[in-house]
Amino acid sequence: MTTTMTSHTIAVLVNDQPGVLQRVSGLFGRRGFNIESITVGQSEEEGLSRMVIVTQGDDKTLEQIEKQLYKLIDVIKVVNLSSKPMVARELALIKVKSEPAERPEIMGVVETFRAAVVDIGTNSMIVQVVGDTEKIDAMIELLHPYGIRELSRTGVTAMIRGNA
Amino acid sequence: MSAQIPAVRSTEQLREKWMKPEVITGSEILLRSLVLEGVECVFGYPGGAVLYIYDALYGFNDFHHLLTRHEQGAIHAADGYARASGKVGVCIATSGPGATNTVTGIATAFMDSVPLVVITGNVVSSLIGTDAFQEADITGITMPITKHSYLVRSVEELPRVIHEAFHIANTGRKGPVLIDIPKDVSANKTLFQPVQSIDLRGYNPKVVPNHHQLEKVAAAIKEAERPVILAGGGVVYSGGHEELLEFVTRTEIPITTTLLGLGAFPSGNPLWMGMPGMHGTYTANQAIQKSDLLINIGARFDDRVTGRLDGFAPHAKVVHIDIDPAEIGKNVNTEIPVVGDVKTVLELLNPLVSRSDKADAWRGQISQWLADKPYKYKDSDTELKPQWVIELLNDTTKGEAIITTDVGQHQMWTAQYYKFNHPRSWITSGGLGTMGFGFPSAIGAQMARPDRLVISINGDGGMQMCAQELAICAIHNIPVKVVVINNQVLGMVRQWQELIYENRYSYIDLAGSPDFVKLAEAYGVKGLRATNKEEAKQVWQEAMDTPGPVLVEFVVSKEENVYPMVTQGSTIDQMLMGDCE
Ligand SMILES: Cc1ncc(C[n+]2csc(CCOP(=O)(O)OP(=O)(O)O)c2C)c(N)n1
Repeated sequence: MTTTMTSHTIAVLVNDQPGVLQRVSGLFGRRGFNIESITVGQSEEEGLSRMVIVTQGDDKTLEQIEKQLYKLIDVIKVVNLSSKPMVARELALIKVKSEPAERPEIMGVVETFRAAVVDIGTNSMIVQVVGDTEKIDAMIELLHPYGIRELSRTGVTAMIRGNA
Repeated sequence: MSAQIPAVRSTEQLREKWMKPEVITGSEILLRSLVLEGVECVFGYPGGAVLYIYDALYGFNDFHHLLTRHEQGAIHAADGYARASGKVGVCIATSGPGATNTVTGIATAFMDSVPLVVITGNVVSSLIGTDAFQEADITGITMPITKHSYLVRSVEELPRVIHEAFHIANTGRKGPVLIDIPKDVSANKTLFQPVQSIDLRGYNPKVVPNHHQLEKVAAAIKEAERPVILAGGGVVYSGGHEELLEFVTRTEIPITTTLLGLGAFPSGNPLWMGMPGMHGTYTANQAIQKSDLLINIGARFDDRVTGRLDGFAPHAKVVHIDIDPAEIGKNVNTEIPVVGDVKTVLELLNPLVSRSDKADAWRGQISQWLADKPYKYKDSDTELKPQWVIELLNDTTKGEAIITTDVGQHQMWTAQYYKFNHPRSWITSGGLGTMGFGFPSAIGAQMARPDRLVISINGDGGMQMCAQELAICAIHNIPVKVVVINNQVLGMVRQWQELIYENRYSYIDLAGSPDFVKLAEAYGVKGLRATNKEEAKQVWQEAMDTPGPVLVEFVVSKEENVYPMVTQGSTIDQMLMGDCE
């Protein structure tokens, strides 16, 4: 067992019950586990939701997180995605200041990142970017000099690649 | 020695009466479901949000309901009932303040894995979330201290919820389950059909262990030169005490039992080393620290047992048997994890193990320590020593009583000087350390076991946290013997202030306490007092000879400390021996 802190992505399949998000996030808070991001939405099965949680910790902490999650009655399944090849995506909307003169330059950045402009105002525009966390971080960094007015990130959702 | 409360009819007889499908209210569904779950006794307190339930209880005689004088009394009584019987304890409280008054008791049961079903009322569904009169988000408040909880949305789901709650509370790692019932749900009607099956996809406690792991345990036992067993409350809860005795008899491995494990193994057995940890025996702590194989059976490596973790059992290969996989590796690294029910694990393990000669020198060493370093105190002929009082209770009852305690020095002295021989005879708040628990839990224990002598041992501080329940003993003639070890101070706090805070005795003086004898009498309970050994023997005999409830106050010396003691931050073999030297 190593004791280095690394980022882990876990998927938690839960009963779609009121309060289940509170149970899960409460568990993390109470036991001192860290939450970098948490997303929840419908799963492939009716009545079940899938949460994707990105957390930091050593292997021992990760093991405890999984075991403690399984103790919740509404938790059906816990999968450590980062132990397998996975696809992880996040979406961000970035409202960036853009006087008409700066627009072409910003469009250039957006195109290189295969992002999209989804709204244009008189002196701002909204950029939508989808990708892994690093890509979104990079995009934000590049847009920073123009002036970011508003930023909203969804947090990571993820899946194992292939047939698994 | 039996409680005067009439017997309730058996569930079998009642089944037929209550199994018929019928359109009834949520409140009636609740009561019938409780009967069908085998409930014999409920502890509760009414209020606006549970008035439909209390209306249904009017004249309902198929289980007992005891009206305590405080919801804290009710929930601790339900807890004591559960610990003494192995059944689920049930408590009813109203919304808001009634519900929040149960929080300490829920946390107490959660920490000690006690099966409870706690029923709270809530405001009508349409008012939930509006800060209505006596509204509290009790499911939210108690989420971290329940095994599971339900806010019931409609009367139709009530039968399923109650059935699931009982199942969850008393299987796997046991614990409290809360059912919050809005007032309209308890009033609305539906066709009641008892639920027969349970479908909880995310809940499958692993009872049967992996056989390969058991073989590893057996092999480790064969090789060990200094093996030790550490047994905890899990043995009692699984009902595995006979299997444990067989395990020890076969292997002749020395055994220590945690605070909650007292009674899981007969104290008279020469391989028993007493309790480990902060106020444990020299032998148990030395044995753990020197062991090369530590077999944890149903204990959770609480910090009161381990002391400083990084120096705990430094040479031991650790085996951990637990029904809750999350306990394994939580505090102590484990080489051989065994997930399963203790009784089942031991049943399967016993045929694989035998006595090993390699541990003979070790067995010799353990008996030597046991002989050299027993618990000891300096007795006195002029004043009563609390340890002497516990010895008196032990001698006169031959270790055959059910003992409940409150929290503090008296609790540790009882753990040290009372010799338990049976499981479910020792009821104490171990994990949370809840003052106020001792006395009401005895009422519950006596309701569960009307045939047994129940003694509740309390400090003068903790006795004042739930003393109002004397009323219940008086009214129902519940023959609990309530002992108050009166040292006139918050003794355990005083001890820490003396040993760690340089005699700075901050707010531990209990001057202004009531005359406990008069307090008992005010409630209609016989009260007795002793200030020296002669009186002590006499009044205790009188208490034992009195058929109903009795409160006995033993006035003891104030300065006495609990020894040995491992102070915080030390490893468990670094003990202050005090009078045990
Ligand atoms: C509800 C609660 N409050 C405070 C404490 C902290 N505490 C632990 S032991 C103790 C002293 C108990 O004094 P007493 O009941 O007189 O028993 P003694 O230690 O003297 O036997 C206190 C205050 C606690 N355990 N529970």
